[in-house]
Amino acid sequence: MSSELIVTIFVAGIAAGTTLVFAAVGEIIAERSGVLNLGVEGMMLAGAVTGFLVNRQLRAPWLGVAAGISAGAALALLLAVLVVSFKANQVVTGLALVIFAIGMTGYLGESVVGVPPPVTFERIAIPGLADIPVAGRIFFAQDALVYLSYILVPATWWILFRTRTGLNLRSVGESPESADAAGLSVTGTRYAAVVIGGAFAGLAGAYLSLARAPSWVPNMTAGRGWIAIALVIFATWSPLRAALGGYLFGSVEALGFRLQTVGLEVSTFFIAMMPYLFTIVVLVLISRGSVQRRLAAPSALGNAYLREER
Amino acid sequence: MTSAIELRGIVKRFPGVVANSDIDLELRRGEVHALLGENGAGKSTLMSVLAGIYQPDAGSILIDGQPVALRSPRHAIEAGIAMVHQHFRLVKPFTVAENVLLGARTSWRLSPGKLEAEVADLARQAGLKASPSARIWQLSVGEQQRVEILKALYRKAQVLILDEPTAVLTPQEAEALFVTLRAMAAEGKTVVFVSHKLSEVMSVADRITVLRGGKHVATLETATTDQHRLAHLMVGRDIAFESARSPRAAGEVLLRVDDLHALSDLGLPAVRGASLSVHAGEILGLAGVAGNGQRELAEALAGARPPTRGRIELGGVDLTRASARRRIEAGLAYVPEDRLGTGLVGSMDATANIMLKSLPQYRRGPLLDYRSAARRTRELVEQFGIKMSSLDAPVRLMSGGNLQKLLLARELSSSPRVVIAAHPSSGLDVGATKFVHELLLEQRAQGVGILLISEDLDELLMLSDRIAVMYEGEIAGEAPPDEANLERIGLLMGGTAAAAPRAGGGG
Amino acid sequence: MTAPGGLRPRLVKRLLPSRRMRVAVRLIALLSAFAVAGIFLQATGRGAGPVYRAMWTGSFGSPYGQAQTILAAIPLIFTALAVAVAFRMLLWNIGAEGQFYLGAFGATAVAYAAPDWPRPILLGAMVLGGLIGGALWGLIPGALRAFFGTNEIVPTLLLNYVAILLVDYMVNGPWTDPATLGFPLGKPFSESAILPLVGNTAIHAGLYLALAAALVVSLVLSRTAWGYKIKVIGANTRAASYAGFSIPRNVVAVMLLSGALAGLGGMVEVSGVVHKIQANISPGFGYTGIIVATLARFSPLYIVPMAVLFGALVVSSVELQTLGLPSDIVLMLQGVILFFALAGELFVNYRLVWRAGAVSNRPSTPASASEPAPDLEPAG
Repeated sequence: MSSELIVTIFVAGIAAGTTLVFAAVGEIIAERSGVLNLGVEGMMLAGAVTGFLVNRQLRAPWLGVAAGISAGAALALLLAVLVVSFKANQVVTGLALVIFAIGMTGYLGESVVGVPPPVTFERIAIPGLADIPVAGRIFFAQDALVYLSYILVPATWWILFRTRTGLNLRSVGESPESADAAGLSVTGTRYAAVVIGGAFAGLAGAYLSLARAPSWVPNMTAGRGWIAIALVIFATWSPLRAALGGYLFGSVEALGFRLQTVGLEVSTFFIAMMPYLFTIVVLVLISRGSVQRRLAAPSALGNAYLREER
Repeated sequence: MTSAIELRGIVKRFPGVVANSDIDLELRRGEVHALLGENGAGKSTLMSVLAGIYQPDAGSILIDGQPVALRSPRHAIEAGIAMVHQHFRLVKPFTVAENVLLGARTSWRLSPGKLEAEVADLARQAGLKASPSARIWQLSVGEQQRVEILKALYRKAQVLILDEPTAVLTPQEAEALFVTLRAMAAEGKTVVFVSHKLSEVMSVADRITVLRGGKHVATLETATTDQHRLAHLMVGRDIAFESARSPRAAGEVLLRVDDLHALSDLGLPAVRGASLSVHAGEILGLAGVAGNGQRELAEALAGARPPTRGRIELGGVDLTRASARRRIEAGLAYVPEDRLGTGLVGSMDATANIMLKSLPQYRRGPLLDYRSAARRTRELVEQFGIKMSSLDAPVRLMSGGNLQKLLLARELSSSPRVVIAAHPSSGLDVGATKFVHELLLEQRAQGVGILLISEDLDELLMLSDRIAVMYEGEIAGEAPPDEANLERIGLLMGGTAAAAPRAGGGG
Repeated sequence: MTAPGGLRPRLVKRLLPSRRMRVAVRLIALLSAFAVAGIFLQATGRGAGPVYRAMWTGSFGSPYGQAQTILAAIPLIFTALAVAVAFRMLLWNIGAEGQFYLGAFGATAVAYAAPDWPRPILLGAMVLGGLIGGALWGLIPGALRAFFGTNEIVPTLLLNYVAILLVDYMVNGPWTDPATLGFPLGKPFSESAILPLVGNTAIHAGLYLALAAALVVSLVLSRTAWGYKIKVIGANTRAASYAGFSIPRNVVAVMLLSGALAGLGGMVEVSGVVHKIQANISPGFGYTGIIVATLARFSPLYIVPMAVLFGALVVSSVELQTLGLPSDIVLMLQGVILFFALAGELFVNYRLVWRAGAVSNRPSTPASASEPAPDLEPAG
């Protein structure tokens, strides 16, 4: 395998991974507050179709992105209402949301299936940085949304671990009773975290339909939302590691597409299986991993909180 | 004398029980006020109402004569009321500094160095030892409690409520806590001390309010009363303080434990070479502050945790790696501390729980004979006087006392030779506790060997023939069970090498 | 701070979940969902009336529709049973869809390998193939959970995608029917590989299998020692392992059974309805099965009527398609029904209590509860 091929794989890997990175970072925010958001797949689809439709109508990709973010956030608000206020089971609610979103997005996107978008996000080479050998091509010759992720990921990390907001958020996810006793609003924090997580998921979906594909096809996320959830575990709930993992997964996907160029005769179907199988293997390896890794999950993840409950 | 806080006519109901029934309470500045009552009397509930955690169904709260609505913990904190709970409200992975500052109005940007300096200052001013950069899970229970107090001080609390604070402390640590509390009262703060322990309440409080069955019974000046009167008020009748245990010669060794090692849930060593032996017809009391490996030891003995080294023998049979079933067959019974955790399945009914340890008995091929199991359950319910609404109801609805009776019924019905009882009377009222004690003494009289693990030194003194102390996974020492040795036991519990035994002293 | 007047709602946990609310919640959820969806349809320019009428005709409103409803309910019974069995041990089997596909795969392999066997024997072998195919696909996440502690939610889900791709590969490759020129369809089954019909209806004998499965699962869960064991494990793992139940072994056993049930659904679908293997044998039966199981409270017997209800929904979406209306509406409807049911579930477990603000000198009312338990410790 030539070094040129490897570089190409990484270039494509960054682009492919960015969807996962956005979704995973959003999920980290939600899960750090103690809410398991299994509706990511649905929120991504909502972001994808909404972004595509708005872009088609207004010929403005950034407005499409804004629309996608809003769509993801709106669905997330629905999840928050059910899960935080109505104390519904988080797993079933997430699944219900995905099923609903598949239906809704299929319905809304019916008229634009396969239609090429008027404007998309083009690759922009950052002057100067793009000239760095190897790294320049990989990191600094991507589209604007990828650059956005370069800013959002460290920003999220900083907010989570170096600000009062982040501390409060994490305390709600680790020990809602303690946060409550300290005077924080568990409900408010969880609502905010889930909605922001949904916004990120919507962004991830918009990235798919406006930059990556770019097009709208029903169910186009093809399980990336679930992979993002696995990625969060892999990244032990840290945004920086999530980015690393996302690019790694993206590179695996990119590698798969290029296997044939290396002379391996593999059916496209088996290539398509690779990301899913790879994710499962990673999950298993994590489960077998060190105790610290397994215990990195926010302690209150998945449980509803009611102050008077005992 | 202005009352700092006044509670009037507080009523609080939970499904199935009235926890607080029309309670009045008056708290003053500069006093340590004890709230005394047995388990279930409503003390914690009342204080949770004051701390904004529960909303009362009726009644009012006045601060400095003004009515207030404490709708949430935040409102209570802003009113200057802080509570140190029995189960700490601390975020384990966070540092001491992060916990103290949680929810307070600090700057938005957090730099760990600055935070820790601030907390170190506060600790120094308050005369409390604390390391601001330590993470909570690394601290001992006594240290964690100090962090809770620091939290209250940081929020400038004028009213500090402590809920059963000494349950997790050695006698020496408790003494140190009392000194701190008296100092805070001297500064003009109001300290409320919730407890069911008469001796403590007598030694630290200025005034004592007794609750019973959710109602206010009396408020007295400590100087004008004594333990007997308080006990009478607490329980509604006279209770005997003397031990019901008659001396017996111990028989042969039934259970022998040699150099046992076991790991905790986190994979760290919890039992580090414990050795002990239980004879027939004796109760061996195991004292120790929670978290020194007692739970892991009990679980290793019962078969719920695999030992990494050492040997367990019952009646000569090696049970070190035996299954739980084999241990039952060999005559070992286990009454775990978490009744609805390891012991019983809360969502299933009494019959299903009785069947749990003796499944082969009720199998007919692949099917289960529920009917004969139900019959047996009814027998046991009668024999042990268990009160339940119906045989089909999930057992988690049963009261603590009845749950314990059910558990004991199941374990004892197989006529064991050795019983491991972990904190058998925790959370039970005096009536249920007496029942459990009598049951254990009865078994002892029948020649059963009992390992009694408890944090309640009074209980241990009353029931045990010998007392061993567990500290950091080992048996630190033994002492005969009388008051004179209380100080030595306390020192062993706290990890200091055994001093020369001296009668008298704290406790 | 002075206290405001007025009433505030508060949630109080019920001692025992309310049975009446359970039924009420489901009914109200159903009606509300249809109402909301109807508004959405009107708002987006499609009449709710015509859509609902079409859905009715396609499902309960005609003999053809009724038969189709039953035919759609059958695979749902299987997938819902699969989910219910797993959930008994608090395992989330989101992979019923993939196990369904693998069951179809297994049955097809047998059908293509031995098309000339006598019907009863071939069908029996195909049932075995379906059971084994589904069981294998359930074994993978089950073993991962049992031996490595990997949570089964994501693996079961991802394996769905893998299963669909596997079948895609087969129907585009080794199993493709040359007569259909590159369409992802397998060769038609031989006569003896097709399930016979019931009487003179259009419903195949898979119905018997489905009903039998529901009955068997119900009996196994409630009457056998094994059913008791997995109930205990699901309710309290500590107590279960202390009682000597092997958790890993039972996790594997449950996932095998769960997968097998879903796989049987796949066999029944290819043998009874489609009569061949093709790319999209399931319009999401595995996922709808989760909804059916949830709404039926994971009870094997209640699953049957629920499956009929959702079978009607599935079938009505087909009717919508023939009228040029998007079938996605039905997926949305399913989601909305579940939303309302989930929200309503709150009222099954909690009661809404209206009380005045904290300042009130109302005399306390006598306790409405039964015997107060004096040694119940309300921990603060």
